[in-house]
Amino acid sequence: MTAVLVFEQLLNGLQFGVMLFLMAAGLTLVFGIMNLVNLAHGSLYMVGAYLTVAAVQWTGSYPLGVLLGLLGTLLVGMLVEVIALRTLYERDHLDQVLATFGLILFFNELIAIVWGRAALYTALPSYLQGHIEIIPGSIYPLYRAVVIGVGLLVGAVLWYVVVKTRLGMLIRAGASNRTMVAALGVNIRLLYTVVFGFGAALAGLAGLMAGPIYAVQPGMGELILIQVFVVIVIGGIGSIRGALVGALVVGIVDTLGRAFLKPLLGHFISPPAAEAAGPALASMLIYLLMALVLAVRPEGLFPAKSG
Amino acid sequence: MRARTLILAACVLLLFAVPPLATLVKQPYYIDLLRRVMIFAIAAASLNLILGYGGLVSFGHAAYLGVGGYAVGILAFYGIYNGWLQWAVAILASALVALVIGAISVRTRGIYFIMITLAFTQMLYYLGNSVEEYGGDDGMRLKVKSQFSGLIDLGDPVAYYYLVLALMLACMYVMHRLVNSRFGLVLRAAKSNEARSRAIGFSPYPYQLAAFVIAGAMCGLAGALLANHTAYITPAFMDWTRSGEIMFMVILGGMGSMPGPALGAFALLLVEDLLAGWTQHWQVILGPLLVLCVLFFRRGLAGLLPGGGKHG
Repeated sequence: MTAVLVFEQLLNGLQFGVMLFLMAAGLTLVFGIMNLVNLAHGSLYMVGAYLTVAAVQWTGSYPLGVLLGLLGTLLVGMLVEVIALRTLYERDHLDQVLATFGLILFFNELIAIVWGRAALYTALPSYLQGHIEIIPGSIYPLYRAVVIGVGLLVGAVLWYVVVKTRLGMLIRAGASNRTMVAALGVNIRLLYTVVFGFGAALAGLAGLMAGPIYAVQPGMGELILIQVFVVIVIGGIGSIRGALVGALVVGIVDTLGRAFLKPLLGHFISPPAAEAAGPALASMLIYLLMALVLAVRPEGLFPAKSG
Repeated sequence: MRARTLILAACVLLLFAVPPLATLVKQPYYIDLLRRVMIFAIAAASLNLILGYGGLVSFGHAAYLGVGGYAVGILAFYGIYNGWLQWAVAILASALVALVIGAISVRTRGIYFIMITLAFTQMLYYLGNSVEEYGGDDGMRLKVKSQFSGLIDLGDPVAYYYLVLALMLACMYVMHRLVNSRFGLVLRAAKSNEARSRAIGFSPYPYQLAAFVIAGAMCGLAGALLANHTAYITPAFMDWTRSGEIMFMVILGGMGSMPGPALGAFALLLVEDLLAGWTQHWQVILGPLLVLCVLFFRRGLAGLLPGGGKHG
């Protein structure tokens, strides 16, 4: 276990964390402002990945395909909000969970009908392939480095929009008292649709960036969705700052656990036992972390409404 | 109220008549299908205790199906086929797991509770996936079904059908007694107004935790039944979509009503079976159907019965 290896895995953890953050930001905004538990957020991630694959094949251009994929996910998100979710804002969480669970079944099957159940892989353009040398003696895939960069950039833009712009002010106001915002003459329904589409596009961005790293297949959204839940529970639901911290912690802990837990355990227990316990423990690590955080702070690290 | 009792009694009689009827028309498939449905009715009834009466939205109830199933499977793996022992271990192990999960999650409220119960179930799901000794993600075959010292042969589909039917009725009776007991009243009081029930001197936590454990134990029994039903145990028992399905059965049938969860289990699984026989893409129809049910069919099937609504 050399320092270079640890550094590489840290970067992988950062890359995974950044993608979790893109998902978590949308989910936590929608929860914080509309008080909506949206299980179908993972479906938007999947839709983003598929639309981009299709658009890249159709246009033959990667940047154009990405742009179309993002716009498509934005539209799908706003459409879902207007058709199905709008009526759910006033319902309790149980109804929201069940209705969005129904949406997941629908989207997974629809994708399977259109594209089949086999996994798709996105071909990267040549300028995103290859490796770069970040520290001497360690090469790192260029694409993953780009993912980290894009994720951090989007995070910064998101912070700027929420904290420094008029739209962000309305979003924050809507989160703390929506009746008051509506009474002041703001079109709250439109605001909700915009925020939802915004969150959908972020999920779509995470999905399309995930495409070349993981497999694009029906059900891909749920794998990451549950990890995103862990992120926002740890961070504190409704808090973007919490989502960022939670995403990075979960991404790094999960990645390092998978990489190093087995050899590490080998020092303490017999190698065959470590062989068996390592992967099991690694896949449970983030859930254990969540249980630990909640045992100490039942409301998460950054209890909500602080933006 | 009398019409309601008559309708429910007729349903039970119909269930008793299924095996001879199915044999008569040479469709033994229906014995198998309805046995599966009744096993899920037990699971849904157990969830109803905490969801319908306790107001605890557990999104991880499939965990106990898995714990119960694996308890049977693992004991059989080591050559212990005694059904009494297997099922007792299944129930106790599920109760213990529910105690641990409940102790942490019942402290939280609302959305946190939903997500924590979901996350704990995922944890068990991944555990089942990664323990290679017991089949990992492929699951394990149950070579020998639970043995009840010659009393009943679970290999006989009809005998097993009647056992499941009897257990389902027994579980529903236990639930009925439970929710109408003092314990059940405290549980329901905490659901309708937690602050007020605190004010009159009941701390909800121990009651809710106890209900959580009882629900887990009963669902563990359903898991043991399911393992013997499919003769195969996989981590898919604990899949989170399974939790969603059980939850939907409760809502579809009518939360906080005694026959509700069973009605929901029958309706959901039979519709699934119907759609699946029609197209392999049945989920594309089922999904919007679920959404519509949630949006427009709020009282559930039990609400359609005469005198329906809020009967214990």
